[in-house]
Amino acid sequence: MLEIKDLRASIGEKPILKGIDLTVPSGEVHAIMGPNGSGKSTLGYVLSGREDYTVTAGTVTFNGADVLAMTPEARAAAGVFLAFQAPVELPGVNNANFLRTALNAIRRAHGESELDAIQFLKLARAETKRLSMPDDMLKRNVNVGFSGGEKKRNEVLQMAILRPKLAILDETDSGLDIDALRIVADGVNALRGPDFSALVITHHQRLLDHLVPNRVHVLAGGRIIRSGGPELALELERRGYTDIMAEAA
Amino acid sequence: MAADSETLDTVQALTQSGYKWGFETTIEMDLAPKGLNEDIIRLISERKEEPAWMLEWRLKAYAAWLTMEEPDWARVEHPRIDYQDLHYYAAPKKKAGPRSLDEVDPELLLMYEKLGIPLKERAILAGVEPDPDERPQIAVDAVFDSVSVATTFRETLKKAGVIFCPISEAVRDYPDLVRQYLGTVVPIADNFFSALNSAVFTDGSFVYIPPGVRCPMELSTYFRINARNTGQFERTLIIADAGSHVSYLEGCTAPQRDENQLHAAVVELVAHDDARIKYSTVQNWYPGDANGRGGIYNFVTKRGACRGARSKISWTQVETGSAITWKYPSCVLIGEDSVGEFYSVAVTNNHQQADTGTKMIHIGKGTTSTIVSKGISAGHSNNTYRGLVRIAPSATGARNHTQCDSLLIGDQSGAHTVPYIESRNPTAKVEHEATTSKIAEDQLFYCRQRGLSEEDAVNLIVNGFCKDVLKELPMEFAVEAQKLLAVSLEGSVG
Repeated sequence: MLEIKDLRASIGEKPILKGIDLTVPSGEVHAIMGPNGSGKSTLGYVLSGREDYTVTAGTVTFNGADVLAMTPEARAAAGVFLAFQAPVELPGVNNANFLRTALNAIRRAHGESELDAIQFLKLARAETKRLSMPDDMLKRNVNVGFSGGEKKRNEVLQMAILRPKLAILDETDSGLDIDALRIVADGVNALRGPDFSALVITHHQRLLDHLVPNRVHVLAGGRIIRSGGPELALELERRGYTDIMAEAA
Repeated sequence: MAADSETLDTVQALTQSGYKWGFETTIEMDLAPKGLNEDIIRLISERKEEPAWMLEWRLKAYAAWLTMEEPDWARVEHPRIDYQDLHYYAAPKKKAGPRSLDEVDPELLLMYEKLGIPLKERAILAGVEPDPDERPQIAVDAVFDSVSVATTFRETLKKAGVIFCPISEAVRDYPDLVRQYLGTVVPIADNFFSALNSAVFTDGSFVYIPPGVRCPMELSTYFRINARNTGQFERTLIIADAGSHVSYLEGCTAPQRDENQLHAAVVELVAHDDARIKYSTVQNWYPGDANGRGGIYNFVTKRGACRGARSKISWTQVETGSAITWKYPSCVLIGEDSVGEFYSVAVTNNHQQADTGTKMIHIGKGTTSTIVSKGISAGHSNNTYRGLVRIAPSATGARNHTQCDSLLIGDQSGAHTVPYIESRNPTAKVEHEATTSKIAEDQLFYCRQRGLSEEDAVNLIVNGFCKDVLKELPMEFAVEAQKLLAVSLEGSVG
């Protein structure tokens, strides 16, 4: 279970998150929607430990552990995964090698044995096949020369291989065609289970057709101004943010 | 304090456990008195049982050296070197050049074992089926301070007609070959350090590959400086006759000491028609401590001459050690359509200084050269690429491509690129590309978010950056080089 209490964070002097309260019970998928600049991506970065942000108040616990006290890699080992809105390129670093290094780092942290190259490739090929991705995705350099859609799909592939306990998807559906959108939804749905929760940051109701959330939250001005069931996303799509923000104000 | 700089501080405090080759071997030494003069040179020549022509050659070099000044154009700084305060000859006490491994001091064998250098020839002669997983066989010449202590697989190589022996032996046993080639690629008075080397060189490797022979195994020399206040001046000469192929590897380490030690080597390569020489170096001399105390001064002249048509010389170097590196492995492309290549990774950390690069001298028609240089600077270090591409009027249709990339880690290190291009032939095509980048914060965060530690993330990014060069190394060396990069950059994250 993820519990966020009165979380405040700023970048430089500028406050972005102004008191977020949010609980995501294990086994649930919550959607975060909201206008541009409302702090959605910041929430994802703060939860995963990006150092550009300063947490000024509040607490975050995940399965009882104090998330804010952990390094980014310790959070990853605890099962936190962020699918980046703009995945980063690593020239000369082979995707398979990158993922195996990451997976083995996490396995080591759990006292599990490391996978050798052959064991890893077997696992990775099974996942690429399941997500209908070409095998050469693994051979290419991490995100280098990938199209926008390929980068997003690569994030989903990484998530499938690392099997996180808390996945944060930062607009992973943006700029994707319908087929690719389904891959993102399938990627999350395949992980769904009693030990998995997800925060899905999105602008579009259409992702939520394939990935039905337990709850939908509207983030605006650094606060959650409204929460509801899946029907809230439909209402947003119909009415836009302006009305709902006016109501909440 | 940002978590970032905190990590940096903690990690830096832990550094310097890094150089695991820094141990010293206690062994009885035969040491020449300190200082350099004609008597010392006579003594070296005598100890090596050299013919008179060799001594004359040395004395000529010494006379030239006396008239020369230490070069000061490189972007490196160091206190004046007192050339009279060094030992120019140090050898394990035992008669020079043991004939078999049984004669080698067990203390020495132990040291090489500790360094992971295979000095034992595998029991393949006994008719044992070779294990497919076993390391491929490499012939090794081990040079300890001033002398070669062992050369393996000489018999096997001899059957193929290949000569691989300490150069001191070659001077005695193959004087005609040595006289024909020694000093023809790097002339005695080429520069201050080559003149010094020519006067006092003590050992190194000699390789001759006869026409049409592909050397049946990798050849390698392993250099170790052990004695205190001793300079190492090795001399390597490799001749690839028409149509022959050879791949040669070079490795080196030294004990961890507070004072600086001088290493001034000369390497000469000669490739005749259609011959190929691939020369790979993993340079890992002691780099000094985190405060810049100690470390090897590595002032080296390496040059290859592609004398024959379609000959090819390829230099690959991974430079992680030394307090100061001054080194420009070069190719003189004389033969028509001959090819020169230079692939380099130079890593500097803490207070290391590297001024390294290459010279590609195009003389023959249709000669081509490729330069790929990757410089990585961390800590307070300075890393300079200095390269010359010269196209002579005779080099019609010559081509060069240079790719020169620098990677900065932290905000206290420097990267400099100094390319010289001189083209005197209008048909020549010369291209130069250069980039400088920093390991971006977002790259580090991306890796850490996936579970990699900061150090592992830097290693991964650095190895990716160097990939174009590392893939040129022989397989075994590539793995070693990757590990070495990781050790060299320990604690460099910032």
